[in-house]
Amino acid sequence: MRFRTVAAVWLAGLIPLSGHAQGLDINVHFLREQIEEIATLSNLDPRPEDLSIQGAELAIKDNATTGKFLKHGYSLTLHDVPVGDDVVAAAKTALQTSDLLVTDVSSDLLLKIADLPEAENALILNATAEDSALRDEACRANVLHTAPSLAMRTDALMQYFLFKRWGKLAMIEGTYPQDTAYAEALRYSATKFGLKFGETKTWAFDADMRRNAAAEVPLFTQDLRDYDVLLIADEAEDFGRYVAYNTWLPRPVAGSEGISPQVWAPVVEQWGAAQLHSRFGELAGRSMEPEDYGAWAAIRSIGEAVTRTNAADAATLRSYMLSPDFALAGFKGTPQTFRDWNGQMRQPVPLVTSRAMVMQAPLPGFMHQTNELDTLGVDAPESSCTAFKE
Amino acid sequence: MRISTLAVMAAMAAHPALADEIWVTNEKDDTVSVIDIETMEVSHTYETGERPRGITFSHDYKYVYICASDSDAVQVMDPATGEILHDLPSGEDPEQFVLHPDNKHLYIANEDDAITTVVDVESRKVIAQIDVGIEPEGMAVSPDGKIAITTSETTNMAHWIDTETQELFANTLVDSRPRHAEFVKDGAEMWVSAEIGGSISVFDTATQTEKAKIRFELPNIHPDRIQPVGFELGEGDKFAYVALGPSNHLAVVNAETYEVEDYILVGRRVWHMAFNADKSRLFTTNGISGDVTVVDVAKRKALKTIKVGRFPWGAAFRPTD
Repeated sequence: MRFRTVAAVWLAGLIPLSGHAQGLDINVHFLREQIEEIATLSNLDPRPEDLSIQGAELAIKDNATTGKFLKHGYSLTLHDVPVGDDVVAAAKTALQTSDLLVTDVSSDLLLKIADLPEAENALILNATAEDSALRDEACRANVLHTAPSLAMRTDALMQYFLFKRWGKLAMIEGTYPQDTAYAEALRYSATKFGLKFGETKTWAFDADMRRNAAAEVPLFTQDLRDYDVLLIADEAEDFGRYVAYNTWLPRPVAGSEGISPQVWAPVVEQWGAAQLHSRFGELAGRSMEPEDYGAWAAIRSIGEAVTRTNAADAATLRSYMLSPDFALAGFKGTPQTFRDWNGQMRQPVPLVTSRAMVMQAPLPGFMHQTNELDTLGVDAPESSCTAFKE
Repeated sequence: MRISTLAVMAAMAAHPALADEIWVTNEKDDTVSVIDIETMEVSHTYETGERPRGITFSHDYKYVYICASDSDAVQVMDPATGEILHDLPSGEDPEQFVLHPDNKHLYIANEDDAITTVVDVESRKVIAQIDVGIEPEGMAVSPDGKIAITTSETTNMAHWIDTETQELFANTLVDSRPRHAEFVKDGAEMWVSAEIGGSISVFDTATQTEKAKIRFELPNIHPDRIQPVGFELGEGDKFAYVALGPSNHLAVVNAETYEVEDYILVGRRVWHMAFNADKSRLFTTNGISGDVTVVDVAKRKALKTIKVGRFPWGAAFRPTD
């Protein structure tokens, strides 16, 4: 296991903020479960090895720059667990020294960690796991989420289809668990927004599409009947890239390919986002991906709460983060707050292609009685999360 | 088109005393548009370096300084000809700046570097670099020249710089994403707008403590979209005019009571602004609609929209007599 502590950035001799004479040390632990690479048809876009970690590193640097004016010192301890090693044991180790834990682990492990006796008084921020259940029946009072739920992402896409009046959907679904979960979320969101779901086909054969996509895909999509837009549920990024422009009917593709709902993407450039991309690029030497954004938002949220409360204990930080006073400037044009009934960060969902941001959800016209961002994902009245009711 | 140009030229020939001007930087066109205040039309467009944002004139109006952010330079232009005379060393990614009353020291916010750079415009040398918070942007200097302010967007602070020592002497928290700072009422107060926080913090300059907070509210517009950015004080500092970004409105704030008295509809994503000489007209830059709205200050109404370049950002006034 890689285990290291990034030196606390602590500049002596700087003028403290009036009234904050006492210094604070904030040690955040970041736990990442390494995952097995899925073999995909194309090798064009390898998964960066330091995904999510660089987002955490940038956020701790951002926090430290602010902290030096307040006598708040920040450090990041990284637990990067190789495939096959015990992630829960690593979490225990982390929780023995700090009650601030940010995770990039799967949902089932996250629940096991949240239920550890060591985690009882901890504040865990989930940076990457998107399962809607974690915000619903399986929610935990000690877990807040900066990753969007799958439902937030798929709701964003459905708002866009309604806006475009693309009412009839068809879908090609992959066979990996993440593909199935994504397809399920798409179906659920389509029902929620009253869109018609037509034919769905499963992509289950293993031809090498780099050579014969032009021959295979037209035939494969011929019997989908008529539709306005073809959804691709291929979160493993296996076959999806070969579908666009090869369909039997001339139709746009959306979902994992084509226009895609993402929490963050290199093409988000408004609202000062260019500055975040440039700082990230300088640090990591690559573009900032959704996993990096989740980790960045989690650790920046901790920083924001420490700055405003001048406290470093999990209980104070958690209660401030869930209060209406908290706001993270997340470079998406609107304050990002936490839903106090399930711990999910409210945030816009950019709808992007590889070349541009097409629109950003919530789209104009999708109204909500308290916050338009709550048109994305499970809303309070439907939620079966009870852990946040004290 | 040609005819109207000729007509304007004829008019100019008939009245050799040129009208005052508003200069606007176009962030995504790499140009400045010069607006003739009398005709309320663009009279010149000059090329600049990449991504021009902050713009200000020397106090004698002999030079115009332009932050060419992506060229990593402050450009010095001859306002009479539009010719770039030279670049000043500015540090990386200069976004916004303020010229000290001594007409000599330029305080520059280096957005990518968490630094404020102080440049001597005569010797063209960097005389100090000051560590500030992340993404410094708003810049102000007190009328007596003793204090300079940098606000940092991600650190959410106003940093108070002693201009004699070029060191920080105080750091004060403000709401999320501070964008613009101004000294008000002869320097007795210092105001900072916060875009995501949706507020303006009013500080007592002598004690650096917050004495008031101004908030905004518009019917039928969600509070999250009401994002104060640039602001300017009108005649006698009685009223402040605050650009509310994506809500496409200006707020009129009573600077004595800190109450918002009115809202004026302008163009899309209103950003910064500049007054004419007697402060009877206000010119706002509207980023998304690519235009400038001319506001009648007394009537609190938009008079005219002037098309400029893509994503107009900063605005500065130039008298011509």
